[in-house]
Amino acid sequence: MTTPLVEVENLVVEFPGGGSGGGGGGRGARAVDGLSFTLPQGRALGLVGESGSGKSTVAGALLGLHRGTGALTSGSVRVGGTDVAEASPAALRELRGGVAAMVFQDPLSSLDPYYAIGDQIAEVYRVHTRASRRAARARAVEVLERVGIPDAPRRSRSRPHEFSGGMRQRALIAMALACEPRLLIADEPTTALDVTVQAQILDLLHGLREETGMGLLLVTHDVGVAAESVDEVLVMKEGREVERGPVGEVLTAPRQPYTRALLAAVPRITAVPSPAPAPVPAPVPVPVPGARESSGPGDALLEVSGLRREFGRGKGRVVALDGVDLTVHAGTTLGVVGESGSGKTTLGRVLVRLLDPTAGQVRYDGTEIGGLSEKALRPYRRELQMVFQDPVASLNPRRSVGESIADPLRAAGVRDEELIRRRVQESLERVGLDPDRYAAYPHEFSGGQRQRVGIARALIAEPRLIVCDEPVSALDVTTQAQVTGLLRELQRELGLALVFIAHDLAVVRQISDRVAVMRHGRIVEQGPVDEVYGAPRDPYTRELLAAVPALDPALARARRSARGELAAA
Amino acid sequence: MTRFVVKRLGGAVFVLLVLSALVYGLFYLAPSDPARLACGERCSPAQIAQVREQLGLDESVLTQYAQFLQGVFTGRDYSTGVSTLRCDAPCLGFSYQSDQQVTELILDRLPATASLALGAMVIWLTVGVGTGALSALRRGGLTERALTVATLAATGTPVFILGLLMLMVVCAYLQWLPFPTYVPLGEDPEQWAWNMLLPWLTLGFFESAKYARLTRASTLETLAEDHIRTFRAYGVGERAIVGRHALRGAVPPVIALSALDLGTMFGGAVLTESLFGIPGLGKTLIDGVRVIDLPVVVGVVLVIGAAVVLANVVADLLYAAADRRVVLS
Repeated sequence: MTTPLVEVENLVVEFPGGGSGGGGGGRGARAVDGLSFTLPQGRALGLVGESGSGKSTVAGALLGLHRGTGALTSGSVRVGGTDVAEASPAALRELRGGVAAMVFQDPLSSLDPYYAIGDQIAEVYRVHTRASRRAARARAVEVLERVGIPDAPRRSRSRPHEFSGGMRQRALIAMALACEPRLLIADEPTTALDVTVQAQILDLLHGLREETGMGLLLVTHDVGVAAESVDEVLVMKEGREVERGPVGEVLTAPRQPYTRALLAAVPRITAVPSPAPAPVPAPVPVPVPGARESSGPGDALLEVSGLRREFGRGKGRVVALDGVDLTVHAGTTLGVVGESGSGKTTLGRVLVRLLDPTAGQVRYDGTEIGGLSEKALRPYRRELQMVFQDPVASLNPRRSVGESIADPLRAAGVRDEELIRRRVQESLERVGLDPDRYAAYPHEFSGGQRQRVGIARALIAEPRLIVCDEPVSALDVTTQAQVTGLLRELQRELGLALVFIAHDLAVVRQISDRVAVMRHGRIVEQGPVDEVYGAPRDPYTRELLAAVPALDPALARARRSARGELAAA
Repeated sequence: MTRFVVKRLGGAVFVLLVLSALVYGLFYLAPSDPARLACGERCSPAQIAQVREQLGLDESVLTQYAQFLQGVFTGRDYSTGVSTLRCDAPCLGFSYQSDQQVTELILDRLPATASLALGAMVIWLTVGVGTGALSALRRGGLTERALTVATLAATGTPVFILGLLMLMVVCAYLQWLPFPTYVPLGEDPEQWAWNMLLPWLTLGFFESAKYARLTRASTLETLAEDHIRTFRAYGVGERAIVGRHALRGAVPPVIALSALDLGTMFGGAVLTESLFGIPGLGKTLIDGVRVIDLPVVVGVVLVIGAAVVLANVVADLLYAAADRRVVLS
């Protein structure tokens, strides 16, 4: 038997004094705590875990990236026969990129903004090969072509900001390929990407492995991504191994409770285990002449038609919304799915009038609010609230969460401090947080808790409609499941209407009654969630659904070939 | 980009108009009488009145300012009683003191200021950026600490103390160089360079401390960015990482600050100019203020203002050229 490509024995990585490293966090935290595994030549292993599980730290340790950073490591790591801890600096440089190449997350920040992409790949190639400048440049174009960059000789002269997210990720993979490494380490290679682009990148990695026979260590929080791409899975939690085995076994018949919980939390796109009863359409209320018509559950609460929103003028004009018609019914959830740039965030903001529509109607509870002045709009502000994507960025770090939550009340003109305090505490309790943490600051909360704070802020003014813009996309799956569960529960109790905007088709299916699919500022398809997911009519919807990673490796293989046929067609 | 330049230059004209109006206004708030100063020590009230009329100081402020603007845009005629003097556009008037045309005076003094400023810039770019890059490369080591102390000391020393020390050590004590006197470049390039050496070093060293700190900070900031990790993970050596990737991040801010400093230096290097006896614009301005020589002061202020505004435009253009992600608007 040949020596394995990677041998990790009892690896411990500790960051003294609260260093970071793949979200290791904490004071003097052990990011990796006694991990051992081997990866045979040419095989693919998935390191799966939630944030803070230490999976990225392991990836860095394979290249000795913690050397010289103050991190304490023990145990042994051998990659391609080289002992990473003992290797000389020269041998380590040879290993990095030559034997094992890393593909980083977040392709925008992982490339130097000042240099052409081809030059950056050529530089790495020359570190390992003594090739001439010209030969290195030619090699860069060659690998860019291999990863499917169209017009590679010309595009190799572009700088990173001139590439789309998917193209940048391809360029990073091209850099990794340049020196024909035996091992590819991919750290969340598709996390920042749209689902269709993610599928393309995963297919590319799959194809490259078949072609070159290189090994793959895939670090991901997304079990679905692992299911598509690896032979073996290692589930990590708090720096330790929870479970390891062939991908088919671990994902279909997990032995450990943690793995089972993790898998259970992953939103499914196929079946809907709906604990929330489907909202009962209320009987059509008999209109009372003279009385203000207030909508009950099931009635149209918010209706938009012909909605258009443009940004910029002249040549730089962008049409973000191009004739959107939709209806949100009281007490129900409308899911809005689409890829980045489809206009879904703009739509959410126009719905609550954070942005003014360029044209079209926004009718809220029978009143046209699309063109109302800020003053006339004030009574409606309280009833239309928003929960934002990034729970870190959407809370002021210098104010206590209680103050932030109280904002909508103060904006509505409430001045009674005692009342405000009481309402904030009620609101905190309602979202499952300790009401006594009124005076705590955002950094004292975890990501999921911060998103609960955001929800509490939206709830406090007793709204009738909340627009949630990617409310769970920054969260781990188990936290995601808790937050969506909370939203569903609040909806049931308070009769809220929700607009749930997300790029994740599975999450949207879990929570929505109706769903609208957006592309290029238009709604390509909308209808009851089972219809749209079960029998999609629009080709784009079908493409989106085909790109969603499946949890079952067998199904994933079937999807991959289906994608191949779709692409060929 | 053309639109950007046109827009900014239009703005510059406006700024200069406001600037000239302000200087005029300030002058007429000042308590002293330029006519008496221009006339000399022993002048009778009648003579002073005559000078006042000759200089046009008997007109209202608004009329004088209007005449000044007319001179700038179309030129104007001055009558001395006997003959008329034609002053072509752009006419900034005549000095009250020397009767020299202000435009000529400025053109006469500009080369000295320009050679001081440009030479100093060469020094601060090489010494400043070099020091900053070195301390970023040797971060955490003894070299870095020594360089930090040195740059701190240089920033803390006033420029005239630095200049005096140079003069004392180099010219008086070691006698490596004679005390500098200004020789125009056109006259004798070699003498020009030798005589400018100390002023350049003084101003250059003084400014380079700032550039060393800026370079070091920008470089370290870039070193903490994700793309540096990428190149480390591909075995790129430390020297290439700092030299090629991290230092590159310091280029746009250094360029932008240099352009601004150069602009200010066209009027602001007064201390260095006085210390080394360089007949530059700064010295001209101070002398003009002392004797309330309004046309000279307005003229020099306009030139300084134009230099600063122009330097700003150039800084923005260079910044955008150095960082292609920046969009000019």
